[in-house]
Amino acid sequence: MTIEYKIRKLDQEKEVLPQKSEPEPDGRDKRLSEAATVLSVRGLKKKIRGTWIIHQVDFDVKAGEIFGFLGPNGSGKTTTIRMLVDLIKPTEGEVLIGGHSVQRNPERALAEVGSIVENPEMYPFMSGWENLEHFARMQRGIDKNRIREVAEIVRLDDRIHDKVKTYSLGMRQRLGIAQALLGRPKLLILDEPTNGLDPKGIKELREFIRMLADSGISLFISSHLLSEIQLMCDRVAIIAGGRVLSVGRVDELVAQAGSYVLWKTDRPEEAERLLLQEPQLRILREGEYRMDESALAHLEGAVVTTVPEAALPGLVARLAGAGIAIHAVQRVAPTLEEMFLTLTEENES
Amino acid sequence: MRDLLPLIQNETLKIWKKKRFYVILLILLVLIPIFTYAQMRVSQTNAVHFKDWRNQIQQQITDLQNTLASDRVPEEWKKYDRIEILRLQYYLDHDVNPSSPDAVSFTRQFMASSVSLFFPLMILAIASDLVSGERSSGTIKMLLTRPVKRWKILMSKLVALTLYVSLAIVATGAVSYLISGAVFGYGGWSMPVFTGFGVQGGTIDASGVHAVPQWLYLFMQSGLIWVSCMTVAVLSLMVSVLLRSTAASIVTMMAAVISGTILSGMTSSWESAKYLFSVNIDLTDYLEGVPAPIDGMNLVFSLGVLAAWSAAALAVSFGIFTKQDILN
Repeated sequence: MTIEYKIRKLDQEKEVLPQKSEPEPDGRDKRLSEAATVLSVRGLKKKIRGTWIIHQVDFDVKAGEIFGFLGPNGSGKTTTIRMLVDLIKPTEGEVLIGGHSVQRNPERALAEVGSIVENPEMYPFMSGWENLEHFARMQRGIDKNRIREVAEIVRLDDRIHDKVKTYSLGMRQRLGIAQALLGRPKLLILDEPTNGLDPKGIKELREFIRMLADSGISLFISSHLLSEIQLMCDRVAIIAGGRVLSVGRVDELVAQAGSYVLWKTDRPEEAERLLLQEPQLRILREGEYRMDESALAHLEGAVVTTVPEAALPGLVARLAGAGIAIHAVQRVAPTLEEMFLTLTEENES
Repeated sequence: MRDLLPLIQNETLKIWKKKRFYVILLILLVLIPIFTYAQMRVSQTNAVHFKDWRNQIQQQITDLQNTLASDRVPEEWKKYDRIEILRLQYYLDHDVNPSSPDAVSFTRQFMASSVSLFFPLMILAIASDLVSGERSSGTIKMLLTRPVKRWKILMSKLVALTLYVSLAIVATGAVSYLISGAVFGYGGWSMPVFTGFGVQGGTIDASGVHAVPQWLYLFMQSGLIWVSCMTVAVLSLMVSVLLRSTAASIVTMMAAVISGTILSGMTSSWESAKYLFSVNIDLTDYLEGVPAPIDGMNLVFSLGVLAAWSAAALAVSFGIFTKQDILN
């Protein structure tokens, strides 16, 4: 009898959700917990034309950390990011980058940060090199060698003298990142960086982001896709309706929201009866769970449960012992909406 | 200032790379030969009818005097004719041909007649998308998230704009001199031009009339053109800060400039129109001695009005640009 234990992903990219293991005591996580704060957002609020768009946003980003900023479209992600880089003045609150206030001392604070807000828009009538030169002139201490260096980092050196209007979206994205890296920033802010990239491009970007983080740069990455944040980030702030609902480690947040375990067997009723003998297990009926449609597509008739991970091996053995043929046992991560619901309910209660 | 220089370099480079100045040169290279040809035909016709230019001027004076004698011409138009007669008589008395066909005279006349419409148009080609263009292309987000204060960015745009305005005036003069010279000859630098005709309360004042060599006149005239062009430039910079769309900012500024031209022709009875910038834009008229469209207007007044409009436009541009939220 074969037991199939798969981890099901939400992702279109056919990649396995990383099982975040316990933090290694001398690994990345330890380094992060001791690291200095690079970006600190305190009581940020914004009113536009009499309406509060951002109610309350607070979080800290530490040195060398990949920080996710997760929220559905229209949740205030972009408005918040624009306040981080001085494109929008907050009505209340303050943003500190490297200890300098963006609002009171933008020249010092913005020197510590490179950013791409929404799309990487550069001057199409100039070459990549000319664009980089243009932005290099806006900051001290950036010479030709540095421009050459960032062009190499983003692997654009062979096309750098072509006009930007001939670039593909992926190349523009890389040029945008090169521009952001010019001033050797401590913090890189990327707004929905995977938008419009193909799966290969997304994978490359993810590796690139990890490489940058390993070199000591902090990254602030916004996204509306939980899977993306899970794959890239160490910590995450979740924003909805202009409020930060929760800030924490990505794996903890996912665990907090709970995940489903789906059981597909040849005799569902009998399996259900056996499963219910486990006191920590709960069976969810149609309408009680919320998950990606595609997760259920090829598991028709599966029993949907919530159950602690530790109880799984015993349950599998019990079913197998009763002679039930197990076709699949799958863990399905909750959707972003599910997480929002859980978090909002927690906030309200 | 040391911070500002690289920014000015950026802005100058961007205007150049957008090929806006090429467009201006191209328009000049198309238009000036046409006007040169037209001027050549006029000279040829005159040469056929009048053996001597003095006869031609005398004929013009006689024609104008006949018009003055007519009852059907409104009194307010007659002052233009009286001044013109005086001016022509002056040239005749001093034995100077006012319509001498040479490259410098052509350049002077072409530039003087361009100041109300053609120069503003060229300025708009450069100025109207300075800020709105960055907004519609989204590059403003890159520009304003760099560690540079916003006023410095706008200042660098203003300096670059000033450079191109100056360059456009010089280029117009140069292209017009070079092209017309090929037909009329490159002389005329030292020819005397009479200036200083004035109207004081309906009577013509000729006491200030004096001769100026044409090169100096051209220089003074270019200075005045520069002032009115800079006013248009600063105003369109403001419109470009205020409006998100470049097309809208061009249309707005064109409407303002054209309305001035139209108003100048009909505002003799609406006196407060003299405080509108576009009515005051024809500064070269004061040099030529053309009476101002509205009583109470003179060179100092017009310079004051243009300066006030420019100062207000700069205050609005900087005030808004430095505080504005970039939402799109």
